[in-house]
Amino acid sequence: MHSPAVAERPHGHPALAHHFESLAQQKQASSLGMWVFLVTEILFFGGAFLAYIVYRSAYPEAFAGASHHLDVTLGAINTAVLIVSSLTMALAVHAAQTGRRRGTIGFLLATMVLGAAFLVIKAVEYGHKFEDGLLPGPHFSYPGGGARQAELFFSIYFAMTGLHALHMIVGLGLLATLVWLAARGRFSPGYNTPVEMIGLYWHFVDIVWIFLFPLLYLIGRHG
Amino acid sequence: MSAVPVPRAAEVPDYLNARYGVKSWLLTRDHKRIALLYLASVTVFFFLGGAFAVLIRLELVTPAGDLVQSETYNKLFTMHGVIMIFFFLIPSIPAVLGNFLVPLMIGAKDLAFPRLNLLSWYIFVAGGIFTLWSVVHGGLDTGWTFYTPYSTTYSNTAVITAGIGIFVTGFSSILTGLNFIVTIHRMRAPGLTWFRLPLFIWSHYATSLIMVLGTPVLAITVLLLVAERAFRLGIFDPALGGDPVLFQHLFWFYSHPAVYIMILPAMGVISELVTAFSRKNIFGYRFVAYASVGIAVLGFFVWGHHMFVSGQSVYAGMIFSILSFLVAVPSAVKVFNWTATLYKGSVSFQTPMLYTFGFIGLFTIGGLTGLFLASMGLDVHVHDTYFIVAHFHYIMVGGAIMGYLGGIHYWWPKISGKMYPEGLARFAALILFVGFNLTFFPQFILGYLGMPRRYHAYPDEFQVLNVMSSAGASILGVGYLIPMFYLAWSMRYGKDAPANPWGATGLEWRTPSPPPTENFAETPVVTWEPYHYSDAPVEVKGGGGSSDATGEAPARA
Amino acid sequence: MAEAGIHGHTVPLRVYFGVFGALMVLTAVTVAVAFMDLGPWNTIVAMGIAVTKATLVILFFMHVRYSDRLTRIVVAAGFFWFAILVVLTLSDFLSRPWLGVPGR
Repeated sequence: MHSPAVAERPHGHPALAHHFESLAQQKQASSLGMWVFLVTEILFFGGAFLAYIVYRSAYPEAFAGASHHLDVTLGAINTAVLIVSSLTMALAVHAAQTGRRRGTIGFLLATMVLGAAFLVIKAVEYGHKFEDGLLPGPHFSYPGGGARQAELFFSIYFAMTGLHALHMIVGLGLLATLVWLAARGRFSPGYNTPVEMIGLYWHFVDIVWIFLFPLLYLIGRHG
Repeated sequence: MSAVPVPRAAEVPDYLNARYGVKSWLLTRDHKRIALLYLASVTVFFFLGGAFAVLIRLELVTPAGDLVQSETYNKLFTMHGVIMIFFFLIPSIPAVLGNFLVPLMIGAKDLAFPRLNLLSWYIFVAGGIFTLWSVVHGGLDTGWTFYTPYSTTYSNTAVITAGIGIFVTGFSSILTGLNFIVTIHRMRAPGLTWFRLPLFIWSHYATSLIMVLGTPVLAITVLLLVAERAFRLGIFDPALGGDPVLFQHLFWFYSHPAVYIMILPAMGVISELVTAFSRKNIFGYRFVAYASVGIAVLGFFVWGHHMFVSGQSVYAGMIFSILSFLVAVPSAVKVFNWTATLYKGSVSFQTPMLYTFGFIGLFTIGGLTGLFLASMGLDVHVHDTYFIVAHFHYIMVGGAIMGYLGGIHYWWPKISGKMYPEGLARFAALILFVGFNLTFFPQFILGYLGMPRRYHAYPDEFQVLNVMSSAGASILGVGYLIPMFYLAWSMRYGKDAPANPWGATGLEWRTPSPPPTENFAETPVVTWEPYHYSDAPVEVKGGGGSSDATGEAPARA
Repeated sequence: MAEAGIHGHTVPLRVYFGVFGALMVLTAVTVAVAFMDLGPWNTIVAMGIAVTKATLVILFFMHVRYSDRLTRIVVAAGFFWFAILVVLTLSDFLSRPWLGVPGR
């Protein structure tokens, strides 16, 4: 890919790509790139949030009733799990920045375990919904009135939490890659950009859940 | 790709013959090669979409629906729209000219994320394959707009496959926009401040904002549509209390800004061409730059003008209407400024300039008719008629495609290292202009007289205008074929191009034609303003080695 | 220039733990408040808490507090564009009853 006649400047750090002038420029580019990507994710989930907002404002009672069929305890536990995982992710970044390889790997693994725990709890919840006949489609059965709008609620519930879970799974894959790279000694105080960037992604997925939890689980829980 | 030529330059190979073999193209990270990969793909899609157009215009020669059945006709206009919009108009200028030129114009070696760039092409091809699969396995008859509940419940065509195809292709657009934004922010050459950038860069930056902010909403919309159809997850299903108008809001939130994705890059091309072929600085550089970003931002506030008759609240309609008037202002500013640039310029009429004049005139007509449509009182009468069809084809074909062809011709020497045959190229441009107007001007009249769109049969009194339109389409088709032949011909038999055949300003002209893989032997340091034509003439470089690629330019007073 | 991070420094650990504590407390609060009847304020409080939590994550875990202006503009733009989508769409749905037309 390099024209042979152009002198290969000794380009320094092995992680520095040939088209960047310096690691600083490369890191700035990576950071802006990841943030722009996260903005696309805001708009991506945003469309689904719009559907939720429109329908909840149209059918408040039906949505509240349907929301009661969700398990607040499991939802709250999952919220806590993700918050802890955000902490461990931040600590992993910190460890990478301070050159502690074992700390980096340890915190990354902790984040992965917590993420997996989230997914297991989610799967349990989905199983319960399936048993209760709350999966939208031909087998949907809802006790009580407002069944049509309740099915709408559950369509949105499964679409949004499903999308969120998919993002978590991708996140686990990215974390596994980071663990592998960290184990091979690729990160140092001078270069730890991938850890920080994937950390941004992980925190974003946490933020989505921070909104999903009250919007889906905590509607009209009083009385 | 070419046979080994007699080395015409010094020791430095250019990007075309730096490496040979299929793998060196399919695994390239060079933005210039990726641009050519896109060029090949979008050209294939263009002619595919054009084939559907031929069938449509053939059917419409006679009032009766006698060439194809109505169900088939529904598939024809759907596939024409889907292919032309998602697989030609949206990628064309950014993915071909933008990919090729953005790093060159800012003095960089490549885009910020070369591997993402290559990935975006593979994603584009994958999405295209999905969509083409749907063409041959059931077709698609929902219109490119996919309105629910027809698309989710009642259509018996390959909606899911096509939806997946478009979902996938959207990520190609997102990655391209992301790459441009980061590149323009972080990789400009030393001295290249924002207001020294070519306006082509400004318009691609603005386009990238739209790609990044709008396309994800299309993605979630198509995803929910596919989920509804595949898993009966009812979000837009009225039987469940869902609202089809919600689909339209989500769909048009992207699809209106999408039309600015299609026109802004062409506007950027026109800014380059009008200055180069008037040999004059652009009139009101900052206004044009701000107008580009203004169009991108304001374009997100007007989508409801596609929904005036959908059942949307009339109060929302009023808001969208007044905002739609507002978004015309920056476009008008650009037209005024391009025109003012011509004044007292030294105007020459090479092929790129012919396309420029075509663009300015036809875009103005298309844009003005857009203002008519922004007015709710008129729109309710001509909505879903051929008036709309004419309006958007004036912008998309008379505007965007002319901008694309003008740009292809202008930068062809840089891309290929060859000159195209000027006489034949001018002839093709004129044919295109004549063919275009004959095809689409009658459609304004047809729509005003009440002929609905998306119908394969029509009342007898509309036949004369339809025949004119179809005749024009045949001329248009010929006009598009001619450049295919002479551009291909020129790659082998064309005259070798110097580094700066047009004597134009801009960093891309300060490196050989074609450029070496690394673009510049040394990173240029920019100390001059853009479009400095009225200074001492910019030297036209010879076929050059890398040593004088940066050259000199006097700073403006 | 030593590269400890684009921000030039690492965030002190006590900040991370402080934010973590706040996030857990706010989660407990939002669950507790959900079981109290505050009428229309339930939603407002719940969203206010969610926004606060998100802000803490963005500013401290995602380092935006220590980032350059462009990053902050990018973040703000993301939420602003989501707001455009919601506000203008709601301008349709919420104004439909004003028409006095039977239907929704």
